[in-house]
Amino acid sequence: MRIKQRQILRRTAVGWLLALVMFFPVFWMAFTAFKTELDAVAWPPVFFFKPTLENFVEMQDRIDYLGHAWNSIVVAVGSTALALLVAAPAAYSMAFFPTKRTRGTLLWVLSNKFMPAVGVLVPIYLMLISVGWLDTLRGLVTLNFFSNLPIVLWMLYSYFKEVPAEIIEASRMDGARHDQQLRLLLLPLSAPGIASTALLAIILAWNESFWSINVSAVNAGTLALAIASFSNPEGLFWAKLSAASLASVAPIMVFGWLTQRQLVRGLTFGAVK
Amino acid sequence: MRVLRETLDSPNLTTATKRPRSRRSSRVGGTGPLMAPAIGSLIVWSIVPTALTLWFAFQGYNLLTPPKGFVGLKNFYFLLTDPGLPTVLLNTVLLVALPLALTITLGTGCALAYNGVFYGRSVARLLVIAPFFVMPTVSALVWKNLFMNPVYGLFAGISRTFGLTPVDWFADWPLTSVIMIVTWEWTPFATLIILTSLQSLDHEQLEAALLDGAGEFATFIYIVLPHLARTIAVVAMIETIFLLGIYAEISVTTVGGPGLATTNLPFFIYSRALLGFDVGGASAGGILAIVIANIVMILFVRTVARQL
Repeated sequence: MRIKQRQILRRTAVGWLLALVMFFPVFWMAFTAFKTELDAVAWPPVFFFKPTLENFVEMQDRIDYLGHAWNSIVVAVGSTALALLVAAPAAYSMAFFPTKRTRGTLLWVLSNKFMPAVGVLVPIYLMLISVGWLDTLRGLVTLNFFSNLPIVLWMLYSYFKEVPAEIIEASRMDGARHDQQLRLLLLPLSAPGIASTALLAIILAWNESFWSINVSAVNAGTLALAIASFSNPEGLFWAKLSAASLASVAPIMVFGWLTQRQLVRGLTFGAVK
Repeated sequence: MRVLRETLDSPNLTTATKRPRSRRSSRVGGTGPLMAPAIGSLIVWSIVPTALTLWFAFQGYNLLTPPKGFVGLKNFYFLLTDPGLPTVLLNTVLLVALPLALTITLGTGCALAYNGVFYGRSVARLLVIAPFFVMPTVSALVWKNLFMNPVYGLFAGISRTFGLTPVDWFADWPLTSVIMIVTWEWTPFATLIILTSLQSLDHEQLEAALLDGAGEFATFIYIVLPHLARTIAVVAMIETIFLLGIYAEISVTTVGGPGLATTNLPFFIYSRALLGFDVGGASAGGILAIVIANIVMILFVRTVARQL
């Protein structure tokens, strides 16, 4: 019994040490966000100070936080909603009406995720210019929709497979159409699965940086781009950088924590559950 | 693709092919229209841009000069004879291989630590996976300034406290710095997935081994590691896809420098395309990136499949 107790204590120490090391940069960023600019660069580090909210006010002036946050929300929610709408019928069809080609199709869907974004940067850029979508929310929503569609389709497929086929079949016997089966049965039955699919897609779109940096600017820039503007420093800016970073990261981190279990399935395309 | 096939062979998926075919011919009609929007979108997304990249790669097309039309392999010739290309390719390889090795080692360590029960485990686990949700531009800038700044950074302060000369990370160790940041971002991913897999390990088998007198190390090597092999392969494959595309971290810290020290293939193509306006040359680079991604995937999947 005593040995067991000691083992637990040892595990507690190791586990918390690792957690604190990994989390420290996030903590330090959050801590710095409430300091004055002078305290932020002071050595030895200032641990006791009167927290200030000034940085959050100034970040609004400097990078227009709210404007960029709105763009991030539109892009993340818009692209996710679109991907769910398009993927749900296909996932339903593959889960309940599989054919010889279903397996091949699923693998092909996945292979789309292997395409390096930078390989198609030039044509995408020129296409966006030619249709007038460069630096627009429409453009970013579309790009995020395409790049998340394979993951959304895979995740929905794996959740739909868990719904007993008998239920769906019974409803069909009673004359339910495809859209009725999907809306009235699958939607409520796999609601938790659909929710975690949506959350993962939102997280990925929110943090997406390659397209944001390259095809958006003042009009459609997301938070990832707004933060990037701190790479050209002017004067003391660490506290403001930290405040803007905290405000950009915190909401999505809560989402991530809420959905951590389902995340594994989404990120590994169902290979690990 | 073998890994993916194995994935598809899990019981959950094989039922798909075993379901009676008769169900397809129900009175509600075919399912083609249900598939069309998703499959159509993906066909467009996978073919149109790639085809255009291929087309541009053979064109003498710079936005600053009049188009020269078809130029054959000229863009590829200039790309492959570019004196910077070996450095760029080496950087690309290092930026994949080192973070991969580090994140999998650290991730396995963390996963083992979090597999047992201890006080406050669920909170500690939330803290460990947190870095994964930090957007790349934020983690790069926070590390570059708050930690790695040679004068005011936390690392510099700690070095001075111990009487050491502070390291100017991004000037003296640019690639190492980027690798550190990327490793921090991706360790939670490896941890989370390896941990999930560990929790499905058969505990009776473990206890039997321990009862038979196998040490902790031996159980890890002969039981735990083989169990994790497939999961680690999946982690490595997915991370490779993302690590081949590292861009934002470089863009906000070193801008590829000093010199070419931190320029990888994505950044190289970006600077040709959007800074040099060289559509043809950048597209040739894009084709190279697509080819490399495919070669890596094939090689990788072959090697991994042999171990499975």
